[in-house]
Order: sequence, then C-alpha cells, then structure tokens
Amino acid sequence: MQSKMRLDKRLIQQAWSARLHLALAIGFGALAGIILVGQALLISQIVAGVFLADKTLNDVQSQLLLLLFLSVTRAGLSWGSEVAAQRISGQVKHSLRQRLMKHLFTLGPAYTSGERSGELTNTVVEGVETLEAYFSQYLPQVAMAALVPFTILVFVLPLDLTSGLVLLFTAPLIPIFMILIGDAADRLTRRQWQSLSRMSAHFLDTLQGLTTLKLLGRSRDQVRAIAAISERFGQTTLGVLRVAFLSALVLEMVATLSTAVVAVEIGLRLLYGLLVFEQAFFVLILTPEFYLPLRMLGTRFHAGMSGIAAAERIFEILETPLPQMTRSAPHTTHHPQPRLDIHFQDVHYAYESGQRSALRGVSLHIPPGHKVAVVGPSGSGKTTIAHLLLRFIDPDQGSITVDGKPLDTLDMAIWRSQISWVPQNPYLFNASVEENIRLANPDATTEEVIHAAQQAFAHDFIQTLPQTYDTLIGERGSRLSGGQAQRITLARAFLKKAPFLILDEATANLDPEIEVQLREAMDRLLQDRTALIIAHRLGVVQDADTILVLAGGRVIESGSHAALLENAGLYSKLFAAYGGAA
Amino acid sequence: MMKVFYRLLRLARPFWKRMGLAVLLGFGTIASSVGLLATSAYIISFAALQPSIAELQIAIVGVRFFGITRGVLRYLERLVSHSTAFRLLARLRLWFYQKLEPLAPARLIQYQSGDLLSRIVADIETLEQFFVRVLAPPMVAICIAILMWFLMGAFDPRLAAIIITFLTLAGILTPVLVKRLSRGTGRQMVGLRAALNIALVDSVQGCADLLAFAQAKRHRAYISSLSRQYVQLQERMSRVGGVSNALSGFLMNMATITLLIVAIPLVNAGRIDGVYLALLILAAIASFEAVLPLPSTFQYLESQLAAAQRLYEIVDTHPVTMDHTETSPEPNDFSITVRDLQFRYETDPQPALDGISFHLDQGSQLAVVGPSGAGKSTLINLLLRFWDYDQGHISLGGHELGTYRGEDLRRIISVVSQQTHLFNDTIRGNLLLAYPDASEHDLIQAASQAQIHETIQGLPHGYDTWIGESGVRLSGGERQRIAIARALLKNTPVLILDEPTANLDALTEREVTKTLYGLMEGRTTLIITHRLVGLEKMNQILVMREGRIIERGRHDDLIQAGGFYYRMWILQTQSDALDILLEENTSGSSLAQGSVR
Repeated sequence: MQSKMRLDKRLIQQAWSARLHLALAIGFGALAGIILVGQALLISQIVAGVFLADKTLNDVQSQLLLLLFLSVTRAGLSWGSEVAAQRISGQVKHSLRQRLMKHLFTLGPAYTSGERSGELTNTVVEGVETLEAYFSQYLPQVAMAALVPFTILVFVLPLDLTSGLVLLFTAPLIPIFMILIGDAADRLTRRQWQSLSRMSAHFLDTLQGLTTLKLLGRSRDQVRAIAAISERFGQTTLGVLRVAFLSALVLEMVATLSTAVVAVEIGLRLLYGLLVFEQAFFVLILTPEFYLPLRMLGTRFHAGMSGIAAAERIFEILETPLPQMTRSAPHTTHHPQPRLDIHFQDVHYAYESGQRSALRGVSLHIPPGHKVAVVGPSGSGKTTIAHLLLRFIDPDQGSITVDGKPLDTLDMAIWRSQISWVPQNPYLFNASVEENIRLANPDATTEEVIHAAQQAFAHDFIQTLPQTYDTLIGERGSRLSGGQAQRITLARAFLKKAPFLILDEATANLDPEIEVQLREAMDRLLQDRTALIIAHRLGVVQDADTILVLAGGRVIESGSHAALLENAGLYSKLFAAYGGAA
Repeated sequence: MMKVFYRLLRLARPFWKRMGLAVLLGFGTIASSVGLLATSAYIISFAALQPSIAELQIAIVGVRFFGITRGVLRYLERLVSHSTAFRLLARLRLWFYQKLEPLAPARLIQYQSGDLLSRIVADIETLEQFFVRVLAPPMVAICIAILMWFLMGAFDPRLAAIIITFLTLAGILTPVLVKRLSRGTGRQMVGLRAALNIALVDSVQGCADLLAFAQAKRHRAYISSLSRQYVQLQERMSRVGGVSNALSGFLMNMATITLLIVAIPLVNAGRIDGVYLALLILAAIASFEAVLPLPSTFQYLESQLAAAQRLYEIVDTHPVTMDHTETSPEPNDFSITVRDLQFRYETDPQPALDGISFHLDQGSQLAVVGPSGAGKSTLINLLLRFWDYDQGHISLGGHELGTYRGEDLRRIISVVSQQTHLFNDTIRGNLLLAYPDASEHDLIQAASQAQIHETIQGLPHGYDTWIGESGVRLSGGERQRIAIARALLKNTPVLILDEPTANLDALTEREVTKTLYGLMEGRTTLIITHRLVGLEKMNQILVMREGRIIERGRHDDLIQAGGFYYRMWILQTQSDALDILLEENTSGSSLAQGSVR
C-alpha cells in the first residue's frame, strides 16, 4: 500500500509538468459539477411549479431555456476536461519516452542486451502506453470523486441537514469498502489472472508443440487435455468470482440503499411538512449523482493499478545508476587524429556489478597499423575486450590508453568515429537494406552505399531482393540468411572508412563459395587498418601480427604465428592438429 | 465482416441460455435503477400531497425492494456473464485447436515465430469478451428501450416516442458519428504507432550498433519526432472521442428538456396527473445508463471482428495433404526409395527439390548435407507427408508414400529434430508423450540409453521435475537427449534426424552424436545436417545445393574427391578446432596456469 502511494506521488509529479492541463481538466470537471447542481435546481423548480403551482409552459419558459444553456455548457466543459486530460497523458508519455531513451543509450548494451532485452522492449513499447489510462482516466476520476460529491454536499447540507448527513456518512463507506473488500478481492482476482494466464500459457505451449505432437502421433489427444484444463479452471473460477465480485455488490448496495434511505426519509419529512417538495426533489436528483463519481472510480481503479504497475518498471529503469564513466564527462579541447597506439594494462572487468568475472588482468598492445587476433573458447572474455574498446563499459581495474592518453579522457563520439565495429551477431534494423548500410554514415550518397555493398560482396544478393536496396528487412520484412546479414555488416564497415577495425568474426558459414567471398571482403577491410580480430578460425589468425590466446579471462599465450609455433604451447598444438588442413 | 460476425454468433450459440439469462439480469439491474428513481420520485411527489402514511407504504416497500435488487442483480449478472465468457473461451480454444490440428505443420510454418503464435492466443482471448462487451450491451439496451416505451406510453405515446428517439441518438448515432469523424485519424494512428514501436524496439535491440555508429542521438531525435506526432494524433483523437461522452450526457439532458416541454401542457390539461411528472423525468434519466456502454461496444466490435478475421484466415485454409485411403498398406520392409523427386512450394518460383533420387536399404544410414536452403528440410517434410509431392516417387517398403495415411506413416517413423518441443510438463510427462503406456522400467532404460538418466536423477524431483518456462531450464544438449529418449521409447523401424545437433556447442555436439549412433543401430536412418560431424559411419552421403544432389558417396570418398563436401568440411573443422581444443585444453585450469608461466 505504502509503495503504491509513493508511486502515485511520483506519477503525479510527472503530471506536474503538464500542470496547466491538469488544472484545466480538474477545473472544468469541478465547474461541470457545479452546473450539475444548477440543472438539478432548475428541474426541481420546474417540476414543482408545474405539479404544485399549476404553472404552464410559458411560465417556465425562461427556466427551460436556462436549463438548455446549462446543458450545452456542461457538455462543453466535460469535453474540455477530457481533452485536457488527454493532453496530460500525451505530455507525460512523450517526456517519459525521451527520458527512457536517453537513459537506455547511456546505460548502453551491457544493460540492454541479454535476458533483460525482451522485458525492456516491452516496458518501453507497451509500458509507457499503459500510463495513458492512468492519466487520462484514473487521475481525473480521482479528482472528480473528491470534487463532485463535495460540491453537492455544499449545496445539500444547508438545505436539508438530514439528507446531507446521510450522504456525508455513507460516502466514505464506498472507499472504505473498496479498500477492505477490494484488497482481498484484488488478491483473489490476481490469483485468478495467474491461473488464467497459466491456462493461456498451456494453450500457447500446445500450439508451439503441435508439430512435435503430430510427429509423436499425439496431436488428437490434446483436444481432451485442453477441454479438461478449461473445465477444471471453469469450476474453480466461479468460486473465486463469487467472492471477487462481492466488492462490486457492496459498492452498488451502499449507493442504491442510501438513495432509497434518502428517498424514504425525505418522503416522510415531506409528509409531516418538514420539507417542501422542491427541495426534496432537488436532493433526490442529486443523490445518485453524488455516488456516481465514487462508483466510477471503482471501475477505473483497474486502469490506475495497471498504470502504477507499468510505472514501477519504468522508474526502475530510470533509476538504474549510470555507469561511472558518463559522470566524468570528458572536456578535452584538442583532438588530434589518433595514431592508434592502444595499450591494455592489467585490465579487470566483471559483469553484474562484480558478480561474473570476465577479464582478470589482461594486458595487450595494439601498435598503429597492426592486426591483433584474439582466440579463445566461448566465455573467455573476447567480446568484453571489444566492448571495452568501444566504451560500452569501462574497466573495473587497470587502464586502457590510446596514444598514451587514458581512453576515458577522449571524447566518446570522436573516439567511436575512429572505429568500425563488425559484431558477430549484428542487429539489422527494421528498415530498408540501404538504410541499414547507411547507418554507418548517414550522409553517404547512394553511390557510396552501393560501392560499399559491392566491396562486401553484398551487392549481388541485394539485387535479387524484391525491391533491391529498398527492400525492408527485419521482423516486418524479408529475413536475411546469416551470411547475408554478415555481408550487410561488412558493407557498413566499408562505408564508415574508420581507421580502427574491431572484427568479431562470425562462426563459419557453411557454403564454401559464400565463405570465400566473406574472407576476401574481410581481407580487403583489414588493409591499411589497425585491427583487433576476434577469431574463430585458424586461417584468419595466421596472418595477424600478434595472436593472443585467451582463457578464463587471462592471456595464456601471445606472439606472432611463428613465435607461437616455436613456443610449442597450446597454439602450436592446435595448429599441428588442424592448421595443416588450411 | 457481416459474415465473420455471423460465424462468431454460431460459435457462441451453445451458450444462448446462459447469455439470455445474463441479458435478463443486466436488464433487471438497470430496470431496478429506473424503478428505484421512479418510485422515489413518486414517494416525494405523493407525500407532497399530504396523504396518510399507510397510502405511502407500498411505494416505500418498492423503493427498498429496488434498492436491494439493483445490487443483487448486478452481482448475479456479472457472475453469469463471466462464467459464460470463460465457457466461450474454452470452446473457442477447443474449436481453434481442432481446426488447426489437421493443418499443422504446413500451414503453420509462417507462424513458427513465437510472436505470431502469441498473437493467435491473444486473439482468441479477445474473443472471450465477445458476449460480455459486444452482444450483451445492445440487447440490454433494447430491453430497456422497450420497458421505457411501455412506461412512457402508459402516459402518452408522444413521451414514448421522445425517449426512444433520444436513447437511439445516444446509443447508435453518437458512436457512428464519432467513428465517422475519427476514421482518418484512427488509420493514421495505427500506422504511426507501428512505426514508433519499431523504432523503440530497434533502439533496445540495436543499442550496441547505434552507439558504435554514433547514431544514438539521431535515433533518439527520430523517436522523439514520432512520439510527438503520435501524441498529437492522440490529442486530435481525444477531441473527437471526447465528443462521445459529452454528447451522450447532452442528449440525456435534451431528453429531459423535451419531455418537460411535451409533458407540461399535458399536466396543465389534466391528461397526466402532476404527481407523475417527477417520476417521468427521473425514470428517463435513469434509463440512459443502458446506452452509455454502447459507444465502446462499437470499438470492441471492431477489434473483435478483426481478431476473428485473423483466426478464420488461418482455419479456413485447406490442409496441404489429404489421406486418400481408409487403411494404409502393410510395408514389405523398411527401405526407402526416392526417384526423380520434384517439389515446389506454392509461394516460391524456384523448385525446392529438383530431380532427387536415392535408395536407402532397411537398417542402413543415409546423410543429406548442404548449406541452408539446399532443400534438405523439404525432403523430410515430404517423407513425413506434411506436404505432398507433385512429381516423382517416394516409396516406403514397396508402396508409394501417398497410399499411407499420414498418421500411420508417422507411427513407423521417429523424428529427432532441432526444434523438438519440450512441453511445460514434468520430464516424465514429456517422455510419456512418445509412448503413453511405457512402464517406469521403459522410461529409465530409454533415458539411460540417451545418457540423460543420471542428469534427471540429479534434478530436485527426478522424473517428476517440471521443465520449460515455469520449471527447470535444460541445456540444449539435455533437451536433445530427452528427444532421443522419446525416439527410443517410440521405438520405430525408421528414424529421421533433422539437424539433431544444431545450436549445440562443438563439444556437446560430439557427445550427442555418439548417443545418436546408439539410436541409429538397426534402424533405417535418414539424417539431414549442415554440420559435418560424425558422418564417417554413414553408408551414403548426399550433398545437396539449391535443390539438387551435387555429390554422393561415403565420407572418405568425398574427402578424397576434394569437391564441395571437402571444402565444407575444411571450413567447419577449422572453426570447430579452435573451440574444441581450446575448451578441452583450458577447462583444466592447471594447464592454463602452466602455459602462463
């Protein structure tokens, strides 16, 4: 409950930036509430006049006209209130989206990739949109639930104390019951939702495994299983719902019984001449209107709750502390073209805030123009080296220097512009082929893009795609094979023309003809560049100036191909066993 | 769209009694409100005439009665309509599954990605609301309109006409008008929302690439502009949508005013007793509760029809294979012969298989290798009769494949594939799927032979451990071993191995391959793979590329020949070598330490 309140407060703080519209939404709503009282007053006057004073249509004409005027005004106000509320949710969503994006890009791939990525995507895409209902429905309704009954009370109390007191004392019952029963019912409903989603998960599971079931000759039997699970669920459900809906029952009961009580009470006092008809009718018209916003709050409670649940995840992301590096914003004024003399000195790095060690004291040297290859089994820390160089992460210990200057003193944008990175599993954007290549250099001309594609041997297969360079790829377009995706990434690297290349070589493609092309493209890319190659094949390694054998986060051997062979260590064993086939 | 609606109605038909009850209860709920306010108005009007308290008594009982029935009926109505919704959901699932089962897997290939299947499941769940949100509200509204017609008509037909007119305006014309006004914006919103979502997904999944290419700022600006446009559209939409609420409130007020204008002269003329004037007004106001949910009903109807349309599109397709006979022939032996086989998928211009011929003796082993897209999987789909071939022949045990019933065929063949699905169930449940009557002894024997028995025993609840999403996650190698154990339990004379070691690391691959040899023993085996591991023992290897067989022979011969197969093998060995040797040599830390010094 407490944490919910705190979230409520934080969400309302978000709305503060749109306070003008918040004020408008609530102000219009409150005004509409006052007009409602005016309408009730007019109707009671008209009916009383006609009923008891034999007034004719002419006599009440002006009152009817005023009633019409109030109706139009109230419609306008309720429209304005809704539009203003939408404005709040729009502004909040927009600003949260921007903040989330900024924060995520600063946190970088160390945070966004891996197991978390699915949930993150969901929060950024759906979570923010879920706030819509909170701001455009729930929040204004909370204000209405406080303001409208208050307004009505202000008018009813002086006029008819008894009815006013009935209203005053029954009104709190609704929120009290809502919380008392609501909490219990909420828990039940949540459990119900869980089993509902479990049932839906079972169904999804069955659909996903349909081919397997068919192969095992069991697909028809599942009809019975699906029916049985649904049946069992249906039985337990009703029991739960009987309790869960009690809160609705109580809410309705409080509202209708209070109306009945008020009606009987004013009826009796009218009978004894303690009240005049006009006032009594006025109170009677307002009584249901008094409970209406409170009941509406009940129905919008759910929207509010799911908004809060979404907000919880959003704030969690926004509160994830940014890595140290971005706080020490670099202020170097002078940026000479780096010579690219890169040193790692006893670098340590561990993921999950120190839990999972990836590098344990790695030292390496990449002199200008050299090609350094890193080999090692998966999980040995090869990719971590690439991420450190790209400054997605900073070392926990040790130093990385470029031309003698610590890497973290360089301007990040300028440093990254010196690097072409060819990752092992590149991400292809949901955009056209051309846009995907152009990512490397948004100002490139179409000719340059095509030239880069040609150098990467991508041009030919792109020509066979339905709309050639304009073909959409990714989730919503054509899917490219692994070899094709690799060539797109190589084309990016060609287009970027950066002096330093980080090449995370992909595992072997099985088509030897494509493989030959890939190799040729990579060789071309390596020419005249300083490079770090994360290698999976001996053939690539041989030509490197230096080879590092990495295992368990440490460099266990290093040197040139020839030196390593002489050394008679692990590398020479590898080469003796398999290298001969190259 | 009308047709879709009609078909949905037919699906819901078995529940018409419950639905009728729910509508009746819903009607009773709102009628109670009308009754409550009407009798309340009557009490105070009548009391104003100073009658005796006894004369007021009936009305007082009425007020209390309606005050209670409203809550109780609402409660019952929710109970009945929700239980109906659940039943409808259960039926929809069953219906969909029964329709889908014969179509699998051919028609499902395009839905293989998890997202699309989840959308199907979500679509079915959307339809659960078909009764509660779409069917019930208009029916309740119609009942209330009829009630009001009689109530008002009892006083004067003009009053009845007025209330019906305004209820109709609020319930039907308002939503239609709003829909008309918002159509263009709505369409724009769908497009923009999709673009925004894609951009957001791209920025999370492609974060590294965007940062490395220094495009993060640009991408953020792009998202920001999309988001701003989207928010602007939402605002424009709310300006139209807001009209809906404001208008129904306004129409309710207009109904009151119009009723007064018509009723006042009638009261003056003595045609209506003045004591009923307040009653008429409050009853009219209360009746509008019935039309308030109708605008959202229109929106629901639209999304429900769209969901239903998507489901029908799937189930309305015809199965790609049909069983031509009631009984399958008895195979003479378990040899397979393929002759001049040609096959082309409907959607592709290029044939997937082009003139494939080979013979596989009973109990012998054949491997089909080649890069992805060579047509290997197609061959298996044809052998399992998931698709029917157009040209050439496949025969099993001397009979054309098409003469077997698909189900009987799959009783002779076991498959271990890369996409073996493990269900969210216990290990035992997953194994028993292959052979429901297997004894504990059978299970343990199969698991032992698949070399997974010890692993299973090490799990918290042994064979009763839940696996899958809500249970223990098994590694890729362990999953394949379970699949192998399934095949052992099914114990069929023919075995198909479809990329059985894909996605396993090189070391695990070699171990699983060893286990697979045990499974192949004595069975007619066809293995397709793009991994050239452990093929030395195959009786025959076919090398496929682009739908054709380009080389064939035994492993040693193919290596000697130095062709495509040889080049594939070299590539693979080279990359595997690094992984395997490094892994083997560095897993013992002593060696790693030793080399450092």
